[in-house]
Amino acid sequence: MSDYTFRFSKSDRRLVAILIVIPMVLLFIGVYGGLMQTLFRAGIIQSDPFVGGDYYKGLTFHGVLNAIVFTTFFAVAFGNALIPYSLKMHLNTKIAWTSGILMLVGSVMAAIVILIGEATVLYTFYPPLKAHPLFYIGLTLLVVGSWVASANWVPLYLRWRRENEGKKTPLAVVGIFTTFIVWFIATLAVAVEILFMLLPWSLGWVDEINVMLARTLFWFFGHPLVYFWLLPAYVMYYVFMPKLAGGKLYSDMAGRLVFMMFIVFSIPVGTHHQYMDPAISSQWKLLHGIFTFAVALPSLITAFTLAASLEHAGKLRGAKGLFGWMWKLPYFKKENWFFAYLITGLIIFIFGGIGGIINASYQLNTVIHNTAWVPGHFHLTVAGPVMLAFLGGSLYMVGQFMNKTIRLKTWAMIAPYVYTIGLLIMSYGLKIGGLMGMPRRTNTGASYANPDSVLYQADWMPYIDLTVLGGSIMFIGIVIYIISFFTTVFSKSEVPEEDAVVTFPISESLHDEPATWLRNFKPYIIIAIILIVLSYTPVIYDVLQATYGGSLPYSPDSPVPLR
Amino acid sequence: MDKSEKLALGLSGLLLVLFFGAIMYAAVAKDIDVPTCITDMDPFVTDTLFQTGPDTYELQMVARMWAFQPSTVRLPVGSTVDLYVTSQDIIHGFKVEQHNINLMAVPGAINYMRVTFNKPGEFMYACHEFCGAAHHTMAGRFIIEENDEVTEMIGGSL
Ligand code: HEM
Ligand SMILES: [Cu+2]
Ligand SMILES: [Cu+2]
Repeated sequence: MSDYTFRFSKSDRRLVAILIVIPMVLLFIGVYGGLMQTLFRAGIIQSDPFVGGDYYKGLTFHGVLNAIVFTTFFAVAFGNALIPYSLKMHLNTKIAWTSGILMLVGSVMAAIVILIGEATVLYTFYPPLKAHPLFYIGLTLLVVGSWVASANWVPLYLRWRRENEGKKTPLAVVGIFTTFIVWFIATLAVAVEILFMLLPWSLGWVDEINVMLARTLFWFFGHPLVYFWLLPAYVMYYVFMPKLAGGKLYSDMAGRLVFMMFIVFSIPVGTHHQYMDPAISSQWKLLHGIFTFAVALPSLITAFTLAASLEHAGKLRGAKGLFGWMWKLPYFKKENWFFAYLITGLIIFIFGGIGGIINASYQLNTVIHNTAWVPGHFHLTVAGPVMLAFLGGSLYMVGQFMNKTIRLKTWAMIAPYVYTIGLLIMSYGLKIGGLMGMPRRTNTGASYANPDSVLYQADWMPYIDLTVLGGSIMFIGIVIYIISFFTTVFSKSEVPEEDAVVTFPISESLHDEPATWLRNFKPYIIIAIILIVLSYTPVIYDVLQATYGGSLPYSPDSPVPLR
Repeated sequence: MDKSEKLALGLSGLLLVLFFGAIMYAAVAKDIDVPTCITDMDPFVTDTLFQTGPDTYELQMVARMWAFQPSTVRLPVGSTVDLYVTSQDIIHGFKVEQHNINLMAVPGAINYMRVTFNKPGEFMYACHEFCGAAHHTMAGRFIIEENDEVTEMIGGSL
């Protein structure tokens, strides 16, 4: 039953392929930027050998292309693939293409202004640093495109519900809608920030901007953004991984509960990125901290459910004893290369999760806020489980949607392990450096890591060198992946075009309870809105009444305002 | 939900409650808190340091592209400083090494934390928010002296 195929139209298949292949090129530029950063930071290079420009231009395209562009495209492509597949219905092709074109035009626009050095504002684009207006317009088109794509799925879902009364919505569909419900609510805030504050100000229509307000709106978006990254990976963990491991999902209800909890708690938590900010009372920061702990619960449930599913799979493969299952999983089977991407991500996520709880812990944040610890942490989340699941998913989907067999499977299987080793080394270097006081977003190579500088910090050097080592290994991992990816993309199809069908490894569940209280998004969306209003009204009030004056725009190159 | 799931859920909840209890303990019993909203202070544009008691000082610090004012602060061991930070242009960040003090310097707002220097030495503060082309050169230091009563501020107006 779970192993069925679905026939997409040729145009729908081509769209999914484009939404994966073009962003993969952008991702490679972004990852190249990451490697250069590690070299800059150690003082090995002083300017970018290929793209030109300084550390901060590279850091901007690294953050924007990897964490915003690539991830958004993947989530949309994943939805365009899995929603029709799971519901066995066809998308409106015109709307799907419109959304894809909006996203592509927007991303390319933003990428160009970054690469010509007109938008060196990093991926958080905090004012009063000002980017070229096309940067803001490009990001807006990307977001609007993703809204259009998800709106296209809604009629299919509603029709399916009407035609299948009493049946459970497939878990993949619940997960993807959860992803985009969180995304939609979150991006409303950043849309307000961009359209009503940043864009008119960057065009010169208004002179001044309230920096704290813009920052607060950004983080309203910024935290749920991390769940927008994580949730498609969760869908793969719950829906694909048990099957790939040779077992079943331990509990279907746990998956549904987890998704609903993310809708409720993903958003009223953004102020935990502003623990060290002025103009927000500490009691509201604490409230956001409490909700942040609440949103850790679904991840703990996930850890349990996935481990239980893998244990079940291991036992089916003949494992004995308490931990025997761990040794029976298909880690290094080249035919099962997809499993490697998911299991490495899960192992990394143990460290990512622990780091996240540390960051969330209110006063403890004083120790690590904005130090190198922070990129050390989030490479273990977004550049770990998220990136690996997305890479695995991308390779799987180009195979399915371009009607190709995967080539160089051994390369594809080995890439995530190489990447993981590099990642653990790099993150260790960044995290320990951070605890010693090394700031993030800083070209240490030109000061703190330069023996000729008065600011030289000899005791940071071993950790800066570890990030070079780790970063280089990560880069090699990505190169191995890219080779297998493009070899597959440019290979000849073995199956005639007319017979092209798509399949996904959908797991069955071991425990399948009715869980009628988890079948409808509406109550959870309502609770989410109530919590958002309760948690953000006092924060916005504080910001408005404790700030004074507005800010003129600045370029990163001069201490004199631009107007 | 089977028995092991209930157990896992219960233990997870317990773990989070425990962590959260530790936070509340630190906040209430140890009085360790994060910065809060400052409304009873007039905006300042120049830096000042003055003594407010036998071992207590008030320091108003201004961050700008690309320097902290003051860039060096000399204080005797055991000093407690009420530290106010703001920015004159764009966003900067301020953290003193080996001390639990970490503040964003945002234009249009005043940030505050109290810090006590219990051991002698030099403690750097490096700007930790990207603030433009020379961000990596923006740093300063506290010099905490064992013996005498010197207080001094360099690189700003005293
Ligand atoms: C070869 C692989 C990679 C290397 C060597 C690398 C290296 C780095 C380094 C050293 C930093 C710290 C910069 C600083 O704070 O000064 C950084 C920042 C960052 N990386 Fe990566 N990275 C890699 C891959 C990725 C991937 C796959 C993602 C994402 C999805 C990612 C997302 C980010 C983000 C969002 C930042 C923060 C940018 C900012 O602070 O504005 N990185 N990376
Ligand atoms: Cu967050
Ligand atoms: Cu700075």
